[in-house]
Amino acid sequence: MTNSDNLKGMTLIVKTVSRLTVGLIMLFGIYIVVHGHVAPGGGFAGGVIIALSFILLMLAFGKEKALEKIPKAVASFLEGFGALMFLGLALLGFSGGYFFANVFGRGEAFKLFSAGEIPLYNIIISIKVCTGLFAIFLVLVLLKFESKLKGK
Amino acid sequence: MFLMIICAVLAVEIKDLFSSVIAVGAVGLCLCVIFLILKAPDLAITQLVVEVLCLMILIRATIRRDLPFSTSGRWFFNTFITIIFVAMFLSLGSFCLKELPSFGHPIMKVSKFYLDQGAKISGATNLVSSIMLDFRVYDTFGEATILFTAVLAVMTVMRRRARKDVNEPEPKDDQ
Amino acid sequence: MSAYFLCLVLFAIGLYCVVRKRNIIKIIIGIMISEYAINLLFILFAYRKNGRAPLFSEGLEIKNMVDPLPQAVVSTAIVIGLAITVLTVAIALRIYEKYGTFDITRIRRLKG
Repeated sequence: MTNSDNLKGMTLIVKTVSRLTVGLIMLFGIYIVVHGHVAPGGGFAGGVIIALSFILLMLAFGKEKALEKIPKAVASFLEGFGALMFLGLALLGFSGGYFFANVFGRGEAFKLFSAGEIPLYNIIISIKVCTGLFAIFLVLVLLKFESKLKGK
Repeated sequence: MFLMIICAVLAVEIKDLFSSVIAVGAVGLCLCVIFLILKAPDLAITQLVVEVLCLMILIRATIRRDLPFSTSGRWFFNTFITIIFVAMFLSLGSFCLKELPSFGHPIMKVSKFYLDQGAKISGATNLVSSIMLDFRVYDTFGEATILFTAVLAVMTVMRRRARKDVNEPEPKDDQ
Repeated sequence: MSAYFLCLVLFAIGLYCVVRKRNIIKIIIGIMISEYAINLLFILFAYRKNGRAPLFSEGLEIKNMVDPLPQAVVSTAIVIGLAITVLTVAIALRIYEKYGTFDITRIRRLKG
């Protein structure tokens, strides 16, 4: 009984409220990621917040509607992509002299485009964390329902 | 601090699984508040968000799986040995604590360089981010690898399909 | 001094939980409590009395900041703790599917 409830989504109040707040949560997460070098936060916390917004979507609306937004193939592709981009950006520092050197220009302090390549690192880490956690949650939720449907 | 210890003891002792998971959530929340008191805003944000995620996954796992707690024999002996072990650990630990610098006056030999030169060299105003992503980015790379490995491992553990279709074609080098 | 000792007490509570309890979920909770205690210990080392957060502000001269190095290290450790918890919960779920129970003494007796 509660299985089919979880598959289809929750009550109307939860659906309406989450429809309003999912966009805000994702915006807040992107804010924390992009301002990682000026304000507290950084890639990891921001990436987890963005993943939480997708998970909220999945919890409130059921699994199928959330899979429409990010299909499984896209999630797994983005995760490997994030890991490879991290390595690529690190190797780019070879042109500066040593591994992981900070080669882009440094603007003025307190601006958004300062501090060399640190904002790029933040964005790449957040992509990686977000898709990784979304994939983990998808696997954990998917398998539970399959095991219950098969009549364990 | 005391509140955290009380919540932790509650989390350990309560027989109902659901309530003890909520008690762990209380421990994590108190930890986040203590991070804020100790002036570490980066960590407070990260700890809060990670705590919420852990709680969600734990609740997903334990929502309908309560288990009656059954004690077999030798209960008193086990608890006695464990308490002796824990008491020994605490007394030896408190010997080491006398060597540490007192609370509130850290020895900052290594961090002097980061505090003075960090903003000039890397150009970021958030010092923790500049340490984590510019001076010590190898550690962050290792952590990205850990997350990647964790996702791969969870996908492997939760595999459902048996690999029968791989073994079906016969190997052809029997000549 | 007493703050460090309370941290050790918290770690000892988590350790007692890992050693003594019989339910796998309780053991996972014990691991989480121990990990929180150790992260707290690192940050307690880094506190300076009347210190400020390690962020520069516009136009303000900051004289005393708390130590930023342990904060960078612990920030990594928190995410590692998340990975540990997620992985052990996945393994615990698989064990429950295979054996039908969370009790570790019964799991040792049923083999295969």
